[in-house]
Amino acid sequence: MSSLLASQLVTNVFWTSVIAGGLLAGVPLMFTALGEAISERAGVLNIGLEGMMLFGAYAGFLGAYYGHTVWLGFLAGIGAGAATSLFMVVLCVWLGLDQIVVGIAITLAGGGITSVLQGAEFGNTYPRLGAVSTAPIPLLRRLPVLGRSLFEQPPMVYLGLAIVAVVAWVFRSTNVGLNLRAAGEKPEALDQAGVSVKATRSWAALTTGAFAGLGGAYLSVVSAGIFTPFITQGQGYIAIVIAMLSRGRAGLVLIFSFAFGVALSLADSLQIAGINLSADVVNMIPYVSIIAALIIFARSSYLPPALALPYVRGAR
Amino acid sequence: MTEAALTSESAAATVEAPTRSAFALRALDVVIRSIVPVILALIAGGLLLLALSRNPLTFYGQVWKSGVENGAWQDSAILMAPLLLIAAGLTVAFRANIWNLGYSGQFLLAAALVSGWGPSLVQRLPLAVAFVLLFVIAGLAGAIWTIIPALLKAWYGTNEIITTLMTSFIAIDLANILIKGPFQDPTVTIPQTRVLPFSDMLPSIPGTRIHCGLLIAFAAVFVVYYALSRTSWGLRLRIMGANPRAARHFGVDLKRLIVTVFLASGFLIGLSAAADILGLWGYARANWNPDYGDTVIPFVFLARLNPLGVVPFIAFFSVLSTGGDLATAEVNLPTDFMLVLVALILLFMTIIEWLGRSRPLGTSYLTPGLKQALRAPLAARRSG
Repeated sequence: MSSLLASQLVTNVFWTSVIAGGLLAGVPLMFTALGEAISERAGVLNIGLEGMMLFGAYAGFLGAYYGHTVWLGFLAGIGAGAATSLFMVVLCVWLGLDQIVVGIAITLAGGGITSVLQGAEFGNTYPRLGAVSTAPIPLLRRLPVLGRSLFEQPPMVYLGLAIVAVVAWVFRSTNVGLNLRAAGEKPEALDQAGVSVKATRSWAALTTGAFAGLGGAYLSVVSAGIFTPFITQGQGYIAIVIAMLSRGRAGLVLIFSFAFGVALSLADSLQIAGINLSADVVNMIPYVSIIAALIIFARSSYLPPALALPYVRGAR
Repeated sequence: MTEAALTSESAAATVEAPTRSAFALRALDVVIRSIVPVILALIAGGLLLLALSRNPLTFYGQVWKSGVENGAWQDSAILMAPLLLIAAGLTVAFRANIWNLGYSGQFLLAAALVSGWGPSLVQRLPLAVAFVLLFVIAGLAGAIWTIIPALLKAWYGTNEIITTLMTSFIAIDLANILIKGPFQDPTVTIPQTRVLPFSDMLPSIPGTRIHCGLLIAFAAVFVVYYALSRTSWGLRLRIMGANPRAARHFGVDLKRLIVTVFLASGFLIGLSAAADILGLWGYARANWNPDYGDTVIPFVFLARLNPLGVVPFIAFFSVLSTGGDLATAEVNLPTDFMLVLVALILLFMTIIEWLGRSRPLGTSYLTPGLKQALRAPLAARRSG
């Protein structure tokens, strides 16, 4: 009887850690993938997401470290991400340069510059931030497994969910959403309707940078509480995959991000349950599941026809 | 492309005679497009060093000192071997407008297999046979690892950037699992493979410390050059890279071509791992990732995706990287500063490209005559 109770307790703790871990690792993915979904809709393929996340992560860490509040960190991350995406806006949207080449440059620069700045600022030490305060939701927090995992989160998580809803609404039922889609599907039509393709894409790319910066900042400030060089470890690329798999739908971005967050944090959860799987095996899970998903859903993955193509008025 | 531009271009093609001044102009054009971005990046990097209150002159002086002088050039040359092979592999793919960004995984998986099987193979087989076998294993490992992205791209048009990156991450984890598991050296506690005895490594080129993997790399570069410019496979590949629609129109079997391009690219990248392990390291550690590919990419572009043109750039970067390792330590910066320089080169390259504007990256490598031949039937169909 008591052993049954104990195992019940372990499974409860296990599921709590799975869900909480999924959220902790999934929220940065969610913000970043949401950003990518916006710019992909508008026809800008942002391969530099990884670099923008790194800039956001470092700026966010600095903001939270010196500003002593997570909100300054988030703001700094948003600013850094948006500033980085200005390169993308000027070089790719305005000048029509190759989006993939510029994206690779931004990723390389993000890794190099943040690592150099971190070294210049802190030397070989990696200071930690304190734990982030949570905003438990009354009543709901008393639920058995979900209470501790879902409803005792930092306020930014709830705000993030609200942002997903807003983006979904903008996509579905506003003129801005329509313009964004036209910029990716048929930019000529948008141009003929009297809306500037360049402006639409510029705003989309800027928003993407801001979201990627926010995702990076959440990663360093909340999820990790520390900034180490190359902290993103390919999460920017996972975000691109999430955006492509969800075909630009904000709700799907949320679901896929949580799923990949769970996969990323599964090693820790399994350890809590007493299962010791090698971290290398567990690390493979998200990527293997992506490849499996791509093989299964390959026919239905859809990209806007004008993706990664610069728009030149009058050109055919 | 507008009609006006089309006709003016065809006119230029007929008028353009191979005069000496035209050739000189083209050479100057190539020099400006390739070398100016590097110079600008070095200057910008110097300004960055100034901003970090380091003396750029001592930094670059140190790079020269520990990258070239006192036989250090041999270390730079040793680094060239894997870089050239990766550059050749990337050139094949990029020419076909296929973005194989999974080089890290392809490299590390091949490296794990070579360092895991190497020690026992060199003991059981004659050395030369073992080397050949290991190179083939490495090449095949790299090639096989591109199959899933290749098939997805060929049949469903799935974006290969995503699939190659994902399979690359899987391969990196797989390499670690292999090194920590079956390939683990039982005599040490550090997760690493057995170390190849020095006498069983690739022999050096007489009179130097440089292993003969560099010769293999040069041979591969020439083979790629020949295959791209002198074979029908290369022609079809370039047509597909320039315009897949036109390629299909001309009866090119796109699916087959895409798969063979992926396999060739992965094979060359796998070879680079064999050259690096058998020539330089002799073993592989878990979580080891030299990230050669990331830094090779800009130079592949700077060389205009020309397999021979990439050689001087790789030589330049090898010196920069070998010297930079020590120079960054000297001025107390992380070696990741070199990544910043590489990113700056890429950035300036795209800007110069925009200023020049007549040859967008990866599109117009066809001669004007061939381009005309490709367009004529399409134009005829449009008017007819």
